[in-house]
Amino acid sequence: MRFSGEFPLTLTIAELVQGLAAGQYSSAELVQDVLRRVEAQPGLNAFITVDRDGAEKAARAADAARASGQNAPLLGVPIAHKDIFCTAGVRTTCGSRMLADFISPYDATVVARLNAAGCVPVGKTNMDEFAMGSSNETSFFGPVRNPWDVQRVPGGSSGGSAAAVAARLVPAATGTDTGGSIRQPAALCGITGLKPSYGRVSRYGMIAFASSLDQAGPMAQTAEDCALLLAAMAGFDERDATALTAAVPDYHATLRSSLEGLRIGVVREHFGAGLDAAVGAAMQAALREYERLGAKLVDISLPNSGHALPCYYVLAPAEASSNLARYDGVRYGYRAAEYRDLEDMYKKTRSEGFGPEVKRRIMIGTYALSAGYYDAYYLKAQRLRRLIAQDFGQAFESCDVIAGPTAPSPAFAIGAKSDPVSMYLNDIYTIPVNLAGLPAISLPAGFVEGLPVGLQLIGRYLDEARLLNVAHKFQEATDWHRRAPAGF
Amino acid sequence: MEWETVIGLEVHAQLKTVSKIFSGAPTAYGAPPNTQANVVDIALPGVLPVLNAEAVRMAVRLGLAIGATVHARSVFARKNYFYPDLPKGYQISQYEHPIVERGQLAIMTEAGEKRVGITRAHLEEDAGKSLHEAWEGLTGVDLNRAGTPLLEIVSEPDMRSPAEAVAYLKALHTLVRYLEICDGNMQEGSFRCDANVSIRPLGESRYGMRAELKNINSFRFVERAIDYEVRRQIALVSSGGQVRQETRLYDSARDETRPMRSKEEANDYRYFPDPDLPPLIVAPELLAEVKATMPELPEAKRQRFCEHYGLSAYDAAVLTGSRELADYYEETVRSSAVEPKLAANWVAGEFLARLNSANLDIADAPVSAGALGGLLRRIADGTVSGKTAKDIFEAMWEEGGDADGIIAARGLQQITDDSAIEQIVAEVVAANPKQVAQYRAGEEKVLTFFVGQVMKASRGKANPGKVNAILKRVLAS
Repeated sequence: MRFSGEFPLTLTIAELVQGLAAGQYSSAELVQDVLRRVEAQPGLNAFITVDRDGAEKAARAADAARASGQNAPLLGVPIAHKDIFCTAGVRTTCGSRMLADFISPYDATVVARLNAAGCVPVGKTNMDEFAMGSSNETSFFGPVRNPWDVQRVPGGSSGGSAAAVAARLVPAATGTDTGGSIRQPAALCGITGLKPSYGRVSRYGMIAFASSLDQAGPMAQTAEDCALLLAAMAGFDERDATALTAAVPDYHATLRSSLEGLRIGVVREHFGAGLDAAVGAAMQAALREYERLGAKLVDISLPNSGHALPCYYVLAPAEASSNLARYDGVRYGYRAAEYRDLEDMYKKTRSEGFGPEVKRRIMIGTYALSAGYYDAYYLKAQRLRRLIAQDFGQAFESCDVIAGPTAPSPAFAIGAKSDPVSMYLNDIYTIPVNLAGLPAISLPAGFVEGLPVGLQLIGRYLDEARLLNVAHKFQEATDWHRRAPAGF
Repeated sequence: MEWETVIGLEVHAQLKTVSKIFSGAPTAYGAPPNTQANVVDIALPGVLPVLNAEAVRMAVRLGLAIGATVHARSVFARKNYFYPDLPKGYQISQYEHPIVERGQLAIMTEAGEKRVGITRAHLEEDAGKSLHEAWEGLTGVDLNRAGTPLLEIVSEPDMRSPAEAVAYLKALHTLVRYLEICDGNMQEGSFRCDANVSIRPLGESRYGMRAELKNINSFRFVERAIDYEVRRQIALVSSGGQVRQETRLYDSARDETRPMRSKEEANDYRYFPDPDLPPLIVAPELLAEVKATMPELPEAKRQRFCEHYGLSAYDAAVLTGSRELADYYEETVRSSAVEPKLAANWVAGEFLARLNSANLDIADAPVSAGALGGLLRRIADGTVSGKTAKDIFEAMWEEGGDADGIIAARGLQQITDDSAIEQIVAEVVAANPKQVAQYRAGEEKVLTFFVGQVMKASRGKANPGKVNAILKRVLAS
């Protein structure tokens, strides 16, 4: 069948790879359609930068490579990058005024690897400023709208990537996750998003928020697509001292393994106060689906998970306060127009260049590291972090994966959460995973009043293959991930 | 009241790695501004540090050389402060867990050998340079130096005089060059020193309040800065004042120290472990490998020179002042097979003096150890006198060539033939009857006059020993 006109909204990367290989359409045709769709939806505000010229050129190059007999796993597949990944020649803003005009001279390792796998980058997606936020409302470039209800937030900080994939503007996008920034927007937008184990994917060229927690991952319609993308993204990188040397397994090969006898841990603490009842019901339904697939449910406890939020909100801002010190107006980025002296230049540049949430976290972090407070905050939080990780270690003695809600409620209205703490509570189920460095995936598991709900699966360290397998089997048995919002 | 001076030194030794401590940019000195700073050094968004394994090896070498504990696990921390020549807004250093702790270094003092404790040595990166002179009202930033590896070596407050401080600094300077971990160039800032100085009444066991002296970038300035500071503190305390804990800058033009702006000290550096760098692990294999490749250290070499070559402690100390000089000396002895003492006199005397006056490194000296050995052979076998040899050495230095060639070309071969010397002696005696009479009357010092005349007549070529003997014989007859 020869392609003509528009692409069906539902094509996954797995399907596109086949269609491109079979010559049903060219990458140039595919990318034209993607660009048309992206440019037809400025209201979603999912993109900060669309790189039409670069995308067209890369698509033509992919087609030429294929014509000359070359192949690559994702040759000709369009993709969007969260604007936290440095892209040579295309501006990288990190959602901030501070970097509104910054153009990197180099590609992030994630970008370079996906390019090498044949991907065609079409642009940079909107995000919370420096990835600090759970609603995409802190972006200097304005909020992103949730395609399921444009009055609502898409989640954050990878809100632009989640909205773009949910509205089927692009088949996939990259994201980053420090405390839930891939999984929570994936849940709120009804797509699949994977946060790999800490160190599985190189952080080089990914603008740092909290270095010990940040991890890049794929966001797509399906677990299978996430497997294809992770295979291209993962692996050792000599430019990141925290990147793991462990070999990257063949994620695709084990996708269809049976779940017979799989032990799924259900966290007692995840089904208590704070969880929306309807979301809880959707979780129960998903767990019953897993029982039908042959899995056994195991009751587990993560006793220290209640400390995860305060622990995270000491450690992440502490690291951020130092990571963001380089934005000083001296070498690149925003610099205040007028200043009296060096100190005044620093103060004005950083006061004007950063938004309120970023400044709040820099101040919290600076305080937590100050002489006299370091032991009470930073060191205590580090001890808590070890306890939280130990909880997971103990839980995994009696189960193979842990399942529960990704977020306590579906997408909320733009502007609804003005109090920072109520916003932070959105990440209560995702944050412990980052503190423990574990992999986790969020996948669509139903709807509450027309809004998607996400199921979070947490795996053992470096056990992405199992997570993808468990998620994929669910998607073979359900069609939540196939549902797309109307009107895009 | 009698006062005791207490001094501790902090040395920043720039490590001789090819590339920077956390990036692949080159470390060479003197390139045009900002041409040796890559994306990591200028701290672009998204970049990450990766530790240079060679810098670790060098730190381990020092640790082993000073008999210190080389920790199997050490931790990099961030020292946070804002300054335009600090691109990341923090310096990566080691704070609570340095790689090297508890070593010592022997120094020679007037009272004999003394062991100075070394508290710790840790790895860190250098900052860039702020250039204030070039522009009116503006500051330039050169990031070439940013990320250059440093080893900060902190001594115990074990030194009791400016001379001891200099002795320690020189011993450390010699050591790092022996270990080939630092070029020791103080003018280029490869070997920098800060001094913590305090005074206390003699016999007091507690330390006094100390001042930290910065900007003392030569051995001479270290001595003068400390000397000034001690006199300042004594005068201050004697007149009822108190020493403040502060950082003071040494001004060599005025030969004084004065306080730096106090604002720089109000910093809270908010140290915390750098999450971009895993703990530094020194595996037993690495330790063993470095141990196996350790060079002979200055102390051991000094001792060997005394015992094996029969040199004085002084000669041995001079000749082992640098590894290159020691190698040069040993090569001179080996190639000439002359008395080690003769070679020592020449290498430590004529050669070193000429090298210093020409301000050259040994590697660039125009007279090689082999060439010098060739000259010494001709002294030893009597072909030329020591005095003529100095002229030949000068000719070799200025024009090149070997000793034998110059001796032949200029006819400098010593006259050792008795009859030839007797002939000259006879002529000189005949021409100076008055002096002969004086000598025979008992004025034996006139002999020097005759020796001088004979040497002059032979144009310096006559063997002085023989001239002496023959003159005495002829004049006595």
